[in-house]
Amino acid sequence: MKALVSVKRVVDYNVRVQVKSDGSGVITEGVKHSMNPFDEIAMEEAVRLKEKGKLTEIVAITIGGAKNEETLRSALAFGADRAIHIKEEGDVQPLTAARAFAAALKKEGAQVFFAGKQAIDDDANQTGQMVAALLDIAQATFASKVELDGGKAVVTREVDAGLETLEVDLPAVITTDLRLNEPRYLKLPDIMKAKKKPIETVTFADLGVEKGAALTISKTSAPPKRSKGIMVKTVDELVSALKSKGLV
Amino acid sequence: MSKILVIGEISDGKLNSGTAKVVAAAAQIKGDITVALFGADVSAAAADAAKLDGVSKVLKIESAANANPLAAVYAPQIVELAAGYSHVLFPGTAFGKDTAPRVAAKLGVQQVSDIMVAHSPTSFDRPTYAGNAIVTVEAPAAPAIVATVRLASFTAVGSSANAAIESASSSAALPSHTRFVKLEAQKSERPDLQAAARVVSGGRALGSSDAFKIIYSLADKMGAAVGASRAAVDSGYVPNDMQVGQTGKIIAPELYVAAGISGAIQHLAGIKDARTIVAINKDAEAPIFEVADFGLVADLFTAVPELEGKL
Repeated sequence: MKALVSVKRVVDYNVRVQVKSDGSGVITEGVKHSMNPFDEIAMEEAVRLKEKGKLTEIVAITIGGAKNEETLRSALAFGADRAIHIKEEGDVQPLTAARAFAAALKKEGAQVFFAGKQAIDDDANQTGQMVAALLDIAQATFASKVELDGGKAVVTREVDAGLETLEVDLPAVITTDLRLNEPRYLKLPDIMKAKKKPIETVTFADLGVEKGAALTISKTSAPPKRSKGIMVKTVDELVSALKSKGLV
Repeated sequence: MSKILVIGEISDGKLNSGTAKVVAAAAQIKGDITVALFGADVSAAAADAAKLDGVSKVLKIESAANANPLAAVYAPQIVELAAGYSHVLFPGTAFGKDTAPRVAAKLGVQQVSDIMVAHSPTSFDRPTYAGNAIVTVEAPAAPAIVATVRLASFTAVGSSANAAIESASSSAALPSHTRFVKLEAQKSERPDLQAAARVVSGGRALGSSDAFKIIYSLADKMGAAVGASRAAVDSGYVPNDMQVGQTGKIIAPELYVAAGISGAIQHLAGIKDARTIVAINKDAEAPIFEVADFGLVADLFTAVPELEGKL
């Protein structure tokens, strides 16, 4: 059984993101990038399922320019068998990405589509659900536990009320939440091995995908700054400050 | 004029409090507001929704298939219902985030996630990079705008209205590929981290999971939820569902108490909407003090129990 895992190259979570002074976006040049942390969890889960014999092949997939090859190499070092690079330089919004992933999923005949629940750049939290919708297949989002068994998956999901368990027929989309696993630390021999694994390059046109209508971003601004508050010297001072603000 | 369909959420048979905030977002867009409620029996929730100020109609879509909130089952019905509406709004909850993109994709539209402000029927502010960059987006008006609403950005509307309640049915074909198995409600006596008005978090300075007891104890005294920094989670002191930050939970409580948390960027991204931040740290240079409303340079092992004792 084959899984397709989408991985996105994003500004590293440790970077303090700066908004450009002209409001045209955030500064991404010269800034450390890495694989979206939720996608790392998706990769890790796929690899664990393959190690358990539940999956036979893992294909990593990404959309973006030349630099995204680094992200695919990381996915290959995690344990993906091969990778697909959908070459596209411009801004790709979730529905467009979902159309491309849905086309690739169909072409590959993969039974599971894994993705992080959201990317930490646009924070959209849409693409996985949209892939499922476009293909009319099941979705299990925000997964904290995944069991694959025959043609089915039993997935525990993190919902606001607690943990919800769904049983879904495959093929299905599974998006991963933080609690699912802790991604492995990539080792040098795996990174070396990843360099020899194949990456196939395709375009939207190859997949029969058109970009379609998009949201227009007219302005990017920094959030209102928090001002530095008051330093108190003792716990008593703190308690009276909180009491005066009616907080305790 | 806009015709706005609000997809209400039901928790434990009652109207989820987020729905009144989604209605507030709809009121900001301006237009005729209908609330749709899906379930097996939604009468109690419908009665509450009908009271929400600004709502002109409540639609009940009741069937055995709707007993549990399955995105794959609700989405085709919402798509069918959406005809004639200019906007379909969902709460920015697990339910809304799960369901809205499935509806948007079926309608062939890009979705607007986490509306913070509606400037006009087609222009919205939404957060990116965990709230570190706010983008203003223009969405094409046709065929419809599908969006989720960031609940922390809106104040619930009042409930003095008396809207009409109608039943609606759906002829949409429903899939059988998704089956609800069970819901295990969180057993914790403490409030939910994301909904709590008060949160107490501990960081790496705690040094062990055993030491976290003083954090739990203070939280219980305050009726607060308990959170943690990524460093504390990575060190194994607490499970990672307690992680507050960009890659964990993004929260907006009235009061946030950070004990032994230095204030890494990724943590600050998760708390910047907190109304009041209190930081207790023995390092006077810790970045957390840059954003704290009240800072106390002290050893948390003495200050936290002392604080608990004096509240």
